Amino acid sequence: MDLSPILSEATVASAGETGSWRNYRPLVSSELCSKCGNCIVYCPEGVIFEGVDSVEIDYRFCKGCGVCREVCGQKAIEMVPE
Amino acid sequence: MILPGNASCQGCPISMAMRCLDVIKNPVLVIPAGCSTVIAGLHPKSAMKAPVVHVPFPSTLAVACGLSEAYKKLGVEANVVAWMGDGAADIGFAGLSASAARRDDVITVVVDNEAYMNTGTQASLSTFWKAKTTTSPAGKTEERRNLSLIMLTHKADYVATASVGYIRDLRKKLRKAGEMAGFRFIHIHAPCPPGWRFPSEKTVEVARKAVMSGAWILWEYDGKLRLSKAGEKYALKENRIPLAEYLKQGRFLHLSERDIREIERKIDEDWEFLLRFS
Ligand SMILES: Cc1ncc(C[n+]2csc(CCOP(=O)(O)OP(=O)(O)O)c2C)c(N)n1
Ligand code: SF4
Ligand code: SF4
Ligand code: SF4
Ligand SMILES: [Mg+2]
Repeated sequence: MDLSPILSEATVASAGETGSWRNYRPLVSSELCSKCGNCIVYCPEGVIFEGVDSVEIDYRFCKGCGVCREVCGQKAIEMVPE
Repeated sequence: MILPGNASCQGCPISMAMRCLDVIKNPVLVIPAGCSTVIAGLHPKSAMKAPVVHVPFPSTLAVACGLSEAYKKLGVEANVVAWMGDGAADIGFAGLSASAARRDDVITVVVDNEAYMNTGTQASLSTFWKAKTTTSPAGKTEERRNLSLIMLTHKADYVATASVGYIRDLRKKLRKAGEMAGFRFIHIHAPCPPGWRFPSEKTVEVARKAVMSGAWILWEYDGKLRLSKAGEKYALKENRIPLAEYLKQGRFLHLSERDIREIERKIDEDWEFLLRFS
């Protein structure tokens, strides 16, 4: 039996490009970031990744909630108006 | 386990908790109506990398138990997770209790945002005393019910409380539950920015303040009840932060000094009561 019409497909952007919801953009300072990984585990969207000098954010889906700034002990993240 | 670009609000505690499902091997989610349903996505799209079965409230545990048994008969390795809100735990309580009493081989997770959020913040049995919701506009007049303690009295195989403010503790508990068999229950405290009326960046801070003020107790039971390392020091009252710090949320702005003292007294009572089981 072909079940494909009734099965949902796992996909990013199930609710669209949620980066467009953002009023504030989190900016990471590569000088201050110690790559402790705290923001990576707490970001509700799962859009922070380990980069070379600091963590990197996928702005296509970051909703701009500001949780990352609050959990960063190094104060490496600044929220700037879009 | 959850893909970006989903429908959760900014700073959503349920998204944070859903990300932790990564530590469970082959999860199959059974989700009754609530914010989690919306986050999981609208057919034909899904935000979840695991199979999801959407179910009516009271059937949640019956479906989960049936799936778990069927997978066993088919020789399919799966960890069935009944994933629900506090409202669903109210509405589906008979099925939840029966499943725990039968010791069905399922994991139940309750993401507790202390109200029926998806329908517009109506009070649930988990709603804090005096909290304002749309059905308790002057503050809830009844006590919150302690769901995890009720599950403990079913002698479930594993019962734990957790919080999105302590993600590493939460992941540890989910992993442990995923590696065990039997009826496993995890009750996750999930402060909700729009429902509790605080700014979206404060989700983790509010969750931590609940634990640090003693209002949410982190513990686990696997035959023996233990306080969790992340929060055990708050058993001592002198280590707690002032409760008023935690109560800085829109739903509590109307509280008087006397109300706060009364809540503090209730919290002391909750600790005393819980520690009798340890
Ligand atoms: C049988 C049935 N009755 C009522 C509803 C309406 N409804 C949708 S979500 C919900 C409550 C959800 O509350 P909770 O379980 O706490 O989840 P939350 O949205 O807070 O995460 C209700 C009553 C429904 N979908 N189905
Ligand atoms: S929490 Fe701060 S220091 Fe740690 S990885 Fe994130 S930005 Fe860097
Ligand atoms: S603002 Fe929110 S969504 Fe964006 S990266 Fe920070 S925690 Fe993630
Ligand atoms: S109402 Fe609260 S729990 Fe529901 S999606 Fe929004 S933030 Fe998450
Ligand atoms: Mg709820």
